[in-house]
Amino acid sequence: MKLKSIIIAGMSVLALGGLALPAGAQTFKFAFQADAQSLDPHSLNETFTLGLLGNVYEGLISYDKDMNRVPTLAVGWEVLSPTKWRFDLRQGVKFQNGNDFTAEDVVFTWERMGSEGSDQKALAGLIENITIIDDYTIEIDTPIPNPTLLNDLVTMYIMDKEWAVANNATKSSSPADAGRDGSYATTNANGTGPFMVESRQPDVKTVLVRNENYWGNDSIATNVQRVEFTPVSQAATRVAALLSGQIDLVYPVPVQDWNRLGNADGVSALTGPEARTIFLGMDQARDELLYSSVKGANPFKDPRVRHAFAFAIDINAIRETIMRGAATPSGLMWAPQIQGYNAQANTPHPFNPDKARSLLADAGYPDGFTVTMDCPNDRYVNDEKICQAVAGMLAKVGVTIDLLAQPKSQYFAKVLAQGGYDTSFYLLGWTPGSMDVFNVFNNLIACRNEEGTVGGFNLGGYCNERIDELSRIIASETDVELRQAAIDEAAQILKDEAGYIPLFQQPLSWGVRDGVSVAQRADNVLDLRNVVMP
Amino acid sequence: MIDSLRRFFAGDLWWSFRSSPIVVLAAMTTVSMVFASVFANFVAPYDIFDLTQFNLMDGLKPPFWMERGEIGFLLGTDDQGRDVLSTILYGSRVSLTVGFFSVIFAMLIGIFVGLVAGYSGGWIDAVLMRIADVQLSFPAILIALLVDGIISGLLPDQAQGELAIYVLIAAISLSFWVQYARTVRSSTMVERTKEYVQAAQVIGLPKPLILFRHILPNVMGPVLVIATIQLALAIITEATLSFLGVGVPPTSPSLGTLIRVGNDYLFSGEWWITVFPGLALVILVLAVNILGDWLRDALNPKLR
Repeated sequence: MKLKSIIIAGMSVLALGGLALPAGAQTFKFAFQADAQSLDPHSLNETFTLGLLGNVYEGLISYDKDMNRVPTLAVGWEVLSPTKWRFDLRQGVKFQNGNDFTAEDVVFTWERMGSEGSDQKALAGLIENITIIDDYTIEIDTPIPNPTLLNDLVTMYIMDKEWAVANNATKSSSPADAGRDGSYATTNANGTGPFMVESRQPDVKTVLVRNENYWGNDSIATNVQRVEFTPVSQAATRVAALLSGQIDLVYPVPVQDWNRLGNADGVSALTGPEARTIFLGMDQARDELLYSSVKGANPFKDPRVRHAFAFAIDINAIRETIMRGAATPSGLMWAPQIQGYNAQANTPHPFNPDKARSLLADAGYPDGFTVTMDCPNDRYVNDEKICQAVAGMLAKVGVTIDLLAQPKSQYFAKVLAQGGYDTSFYLLGWTPGSMDVFNVFNNLIACRNEEGTVGGFNLGGYCNERIDELSRIIASETDVELRQAAIDEAAQILKDEAGYIPLFQQPLSWGVRDGVSVAQRADNVLDLRNVVMP
Repeated sequence: MIDSLRRFFAGDLWWSFRSSPIVVLAAMTTVSMVFASVFANFVAPYDIFDLTQFNLMDGLKPPFWMERGEIGFLLGTDDQGRDVLSTILYGSRVSLTVGFFSVIFAMLIGIFVGLVAGYSGGWIDAVLMRIADVQLSFPAILIALLVDGIISGLLPDQAQGELAIYVLIAAISLSFWVQYARTVRSSTMVERTKEYVQAAQVIGLPKPLILFRHILPNVMGPVLVIATIQLALAIITEATLSFLGVGVPPTSPSLGTLIRVGNDYLFSGEWWITVFPGLALVILVLAVNILGDWLRDALNPKLR
């Protein structure tokens, strides 16, 4: 009797399971190493968070699978003068809650991106004013001529004004607020994109469903109806989930597991060069480092110390062992895919520990010193291992590193502007969202200004006036050769002063179940519009 | 001194020890592992805390008997070029330290609570034992996770790495004291009605003196047995917590941390980074457990 009821129960479970998943309902499951920080598209300027939200929200322009610009919420544009652009907006687009998309929403979004908690202030600062001509026409004024404005607009995700006002979310939340009961927009989303957030448990699971009323449903390739995104922090667990067929796509796959995926049936590794440069930054702004054994002085203000750090690091050893050869050593802060790259200028810093020791001695630190290094442990490919290796290499020239490796949620909340640049020495990676070198200068290299619209991610406060001048030229110069000359000059100054220590470009490293077709973009964004299930 | 040693070697305990080869083997294993980890500075081929001693280019070398292996790295190296054998020796030191001190603290808490509850009786006994009951109804690992989470939450980020070992010891001892308390309480309840205790009461000795001078030595037997078995459990709990990532950080690795770090390399074929620390953990825990079981049987008059 008992056995019988168990069998019946089992059969009904199977039957229910069959009902719940009829053939053809395309559920796409993917895993990343960490969760999106927030659902607020303006709260953290981070590639993964923006990449995921790019399926829910949209900008005026977006990238297709080959990183070409395509009209999205704008259908056309016209340059009226070097600092004035006119955009025709797409008509008949509705937000997911049914509200109409109009010019008002664009203006609102721009204002929201400039608000206190926003991490997109640099982007907001590229626009001086937006004038509404009519409901579907706007004019954007820029403070200086900006030839790359269209690329910059890609990550300006348009939010519905009425929705934000109704839910008291007109100000952007900051990354430090994530997880706390702050703004409504951190846990709810309402964009114009092809997918809607059905449910979200931070750090556990986010479910997206297809937006049946999406304006572009006929023009996107995907046949996916439902998306389940799970953050899986353990690399081995992530790969195991792919191998066992529980998940259709995982990234990043640890570089050491590429062979394993290649040899396994039914899955393959999808790899390529990523446009992300991994680099080390040093606090050069404070008169005394926050976390160091040196008191009353800041050793990083001395270029000799910065050069010593660069000489001490054997980029090739990191590439060979930790990255298994799958990284491109870099002498520049931007990758070959970025507009403005010059292969001749790309000479990685040489490895010379003896030189490093003598430079440290010259600078007055013959016995080295101690400094704390901030490092994320779930953001970049093998990030914590890279930091450990850097610590080991610096130990050999006498510098003791206290490594503070944290999940990116804590790491970003500490080191970014919203955390008061609370760091002395850190590892960060950067892909310019606009795929143009000006983005790197504007965010990472130019001197920080008080409003936070320039140099917002210049966590170490590196500042050189000549580079600032050159940066303004790079921003507005339309003559390609003159612009390249300015870029090369600035790159040389940065290198001479060792303002940053670029390490390498990391590889794209995805694991995909066979039969699932995806487009791997150079900025490591998984655009669900291009996912086709078998 | 010599007399008492001679008495020990002539006694039942020694005889029962000597007559069981497995127990002798377990004891030898435990002693040598404790020795090797306490003197890891001298025994281990490399000092894993001295970053200047290893080279990234030595990373991921297999054990010496395999192709590409080197005799200098008997059990291979990890991703940072650290010698796996050395990390195991230093790692067992952290594991043993945490295990040993958590057992000591759990024992101190447990003995104190047990003595007070058993001797006082009444509402004090009722309250203390109900707390113990409630805690017994949760798995120890859950309590340890809870305590660990609360303490770590209160500490600033900077201090967490340095204080991780103390937090772990506190977490594990707070989850393990109940067994001691219950055992000591029942023995105390038996002892307190005995004549020597009544005599002490009659001559007006203060309560603490009676508890710790007169009763305590007579209830220690079972406590020592529990302590040995709990040592193995504490080591496992520490490894579990570290494996889950809430234990000691990778900069001062315990066996559990080493297993967790090595776990990332299982799929890529670098099995030695995780298998050897795992093996060391199994051997250590097994040996301590066998000793504990033997001690329990040897001291139990009913089983003789």
